[in-house]
Amino acid sequence: MGAERTLPPEPSRRHAIEIFLGGGLLASLASFLYPVLRYFVPPAVVDLGGDEVVAAKSVEMKPNSGRIFRFGSRPGLLIMNADGTYRALSATCTHLGCTVQYRPDLREIWCACHNGTYDLNGRNVSGPPPRPLDVFDVHLRGDEIVVSRKREA
Amino acid sequence: MFAALIRWLDERLQLEGLIAPLRHKTVPTHRLSYWYFFGGITLFLFIVQVLTGILLLLYYRPGANEAFESVQYIMTRVQFGWLIRSIHSWSANLMIFTAFVHMFSVVFLKAYRKPRELTWVTGMVLLFLVMGFGFSGYLLPWNTLAFFATKVGTEIAGQVPLIGKPIMIFLRGGEEVTGATLTRFFGFHVAVLPGIVTVLIAIHLFFVQRQGISVPPKLEARWNANPSERREMKFFPNFMLRELMAWYVAIGALAALAALFPWGLGVKADPFISAPAGIKPEWYFLFMFQTLKLIPSKVWFVDGEVLGVLGCSLAGLLWMLLPFFAGDRAGRTRVWITGLSIFALVYVIGMTAYGYLAP
Amino acid sequence: MATLRPDLLLPRTPRSAALAALLAFAACLGSAQAVNSCLDCHSAQPGRLEVTPEKFSQDIHGQKGLGCTGCHGGDATSYDPDQAMGRKAGFKGKIDHRQVPLLCGSCHSDPALMRQYNPSLRTDQLDQYHTSMHGKRLAAGDTKAAVCTDCHSVHDLRPPSDPRSTVNPVNVAKTCSHCHSDAAYMKQYGIPTDQFANYSTSVHHEAMAVRGDLSAPTCTTCHGNHGALPPGVDKVQNVCANCHAFQAQMYQKSTHAKAFQDRSLPGCVVCHSNHGIHMPSDAMLGTGPGGVCMRCHAPGDHCDRARATILTNLTQLDKGIKDADAALSLAESSGMEVSEARLSQDQARDALTKARVTIHSFQAALVDQDIQAGTKIANADLKAGRDAMVERQHRRIGLGVCLIAIALMLVGLWLYIKKLEG
Repeated sequence: MGAERTLPPEPSRRHAIEIFLGGGLLASLASFLYPVLRYFVPPAVVDLGGDEVVAAKSVEMKPNSGRIFRFGSRPGLLIMNADGTYRALSATCTHLGCTVQYRPDLREIWCACHNGTYDLNGRNVSGPPPRPLDVFDVHLRGDEIVVSRKREA
Repeated sequence: MFAALIRWLDERLQLEGLIAPLRHKTVPTHRLSYWYFFGGITLFLFIVQVLTGILLLLYYRPGANEAFESVQYIMTRVQFGWLIRSIHSWSANLMIFTAFVHMFSVVFLKAYRKPRELTWVTGMVLLFLVMGFGFSGYLLPWNTLAFFATKVGTEIAGQVPLIGKPIMIFLRGGEEVTGATLTRFFGFHVAVLPGIVTVLIAIHLFFVQRQGISVPPKLEARWNANPSERREMKFFPNFMLRELMAWYVAIGALAALAALFPWGLGVKADPFISAPAGIKPEWYFLFMFQTLKLIPSKVWFVDGEVLGVLGCSLAGLLWMLLPFFAGDRAGRTRVWITGLSIFALVYVIGMTAYGYLAP
Repeated sequence: MATLRPDLLLPRTPRSAALAALLAFAACLGSAQAVNSCLDCHSAQPGRLEVTPEKFSQDIHGQKGLGCTGCHGGDATSYDPDQAMGRKAGFKGKIDHRQVPLLCGSCHSDPALMRQYNPSLRTDQLDQYHTSMHGKRLAAGDTKAAVCTDCHSVHDLRPPSDPRSTVNPVNVAKTCSHCHSDAAYMKQYGIPTDQFANYSTSVHHEAMAVRGDLSAPTCTTCHGNHGALPPGVDKVQNVCANCHAFQAQMYQKSTHAKAFQDRSLPGCVVCHSNHGIHMPSDAMLGTGPGGVCMRCHAPGDHCDRARATILTNLTQLDKGIKDADAALSLAESSGMEVSEARLSQDQARDALTKARVTIHSFQAALVDQDIQAGTKIANADLKAGRDAMVERQHRRIGLGVCLIAIALMLVGLWLYIKKLEG
């Protein structure tokens, strides 16, 4: 492994080295840079994470109605009251985990599985549910209804 | 064109003066010189970590409410986010592995002896800091495994007599592991540790540059007796090109690992559930963790865990001071040190395997 | 009135006086409570006469200040048996079985009195009891019928909310089974004694005893507690409807409601049983061992065809959901991230559950609506799983391209090194 020089390699050999080296360098750098450049482009869905979510647009909601939305990995229930205000709660029934629904006729939250009911503050008022539903904060941002978890201490 | 640019800079900065010594730098070549690559590979993996880490910073959000979801976002929504994150996680593990290999190769090649004691000490500190990188980074996705591993790990740190509790509170940002711990670990991981490690790497490399590459003692003795037998290659370009090959192999390995075994998300941490059975730390802490588990709960009047923590700390400290009592002495001391090194290697590997396989 | 056997009595004075004094002294030292000669003696009595202070300290009446004399009369301050258990002190001895409800009712049916202790306690237990089978049989002279103390225990009577109480929801079935599972005891009444055995195999029992769900039904939920009686053949679905509202609604509007009523068949119980209610399965719609439809319907008729259609649709959706789950699992184990599709699977499963509820309308078209909704979701999730596998393929191809580029570079470097070093 000395540094002795022999005859310079034939042109074809030198050419081969250039192809492999140059081509390899270009190809490898391209294959490294391509994902990084695409990575910089922000995705279309600007997910606001598990802390807050756009539950719906205000035009989509009617008074005295409810709608299920995804909050993190669990469903949430967004309710527009008759007077135009909003409330949002966890939609997972505290009894056996079914998804609850808003009953416009009763103005209450109801679970179809075993007839459990909650009031609009999430308190379990009748039937099997042992605990109230978690309540979330709701703000309006333009025409978006944004639901966020209550501030943790 | 490239040469013209160099000339332009040289006219202004006298680069030639800086580069000239590097042209003379050589690397000894012998049967065991392949081990010399591992320091450079570790450095390369650190650079990969810095680059992928900066990319992750564009999307990661520290905070108990958002951390897990932001990592999920990176893995599922961001284009090639899965690749960047998986490379970061794999490279972290690979870097700690190559750092250990580098350390053990230095031990067996006895490169720590005079005049390279400080290189060894800075290297050991770097190893500890790199494991700190691993520990702090592991928590950042805020999943169940990481949460409880952090809980157990900081609790063990709290076992040190007198100063243990303040250390634990300092690490946790409070009495318990909470969102405050996550914020703190994030600060350690992206600011404090990178700053310290960069400076230490610079110092470590400076020492290596000044002193050249060491050669095992027996070989050195032979070469001193017979200078014509000395074999070496130039650092520029011969060793550098080989090092570059090693780096390319490392990139290939990382790409394959990231694409074939993408790093998982786990389940979001819930501080109120009880720890799942069989919580273990990451593999690079396993040998210490398993040691602690084997120590009986009380040895004489001393609490077993306290003894274990103190024992491991003492072992680490003594290992860091190895050059100062292993030194240059020939004969029985050297054999004794070699034996101890073999024992250390076997112990680390064995306990890691045991910890991995045990329930 | 019961009398005590003389040889169990303490010897007469003066030894009894000395012993009494010693016991009184010990009692004063032992507790800050008033002297209770009843307990002091009866804690040493054998068998059914034994009532220890430890046992009575668990009793809610004892804790509220209603001691032995409150029910039994007598004088609790005296250690002289003649005085303590004398007629002058109003001693009643063992309360006759037939008198127990009246005795308990003398306080528990008095709202003004109960208000002083627990205003929210009901005071209609005795009235309800009179309407129950137990009350009616007792009134007819049957001393085997259950009275208050048979269920609530006595001397260590705990409030129902206490998990150790014999009438706490988790213990009710066992309490009822003391008589109702005793074949010899119940022989003369001609009713089955397998209710507890059957109930123990049911989902309701599993919910209560295994999962600890106190809202799960036990004997008293469907039969009543003080006014215990079976609900009646034509009222069964009213009772079930308290929890299973949707099913009951559908059933009421279906052809089966009138059909069963006309034939005096007990509604829900016909298919689901009364005590041994198991988790329903699609096999109930089948023609095999678990099938319930073909017990009444003839093969090939209109109903049989509807049954077959419903079963086919349900099986189809079930399979669709399972296939999607499998595809998602495969994607996950290959390292792909499919959490959103997993979440959507929950909705598909909800649709399947809803379809199974709609069975109670006995209309295949209605069931099909829910099936269609669920199938749409399951198909979308299956597609998500398959797309994830396609993406996985793309990643491997990308990896291949990158590795080729790296290989090119490695070859080039190696050749270059060879060239440099000759």
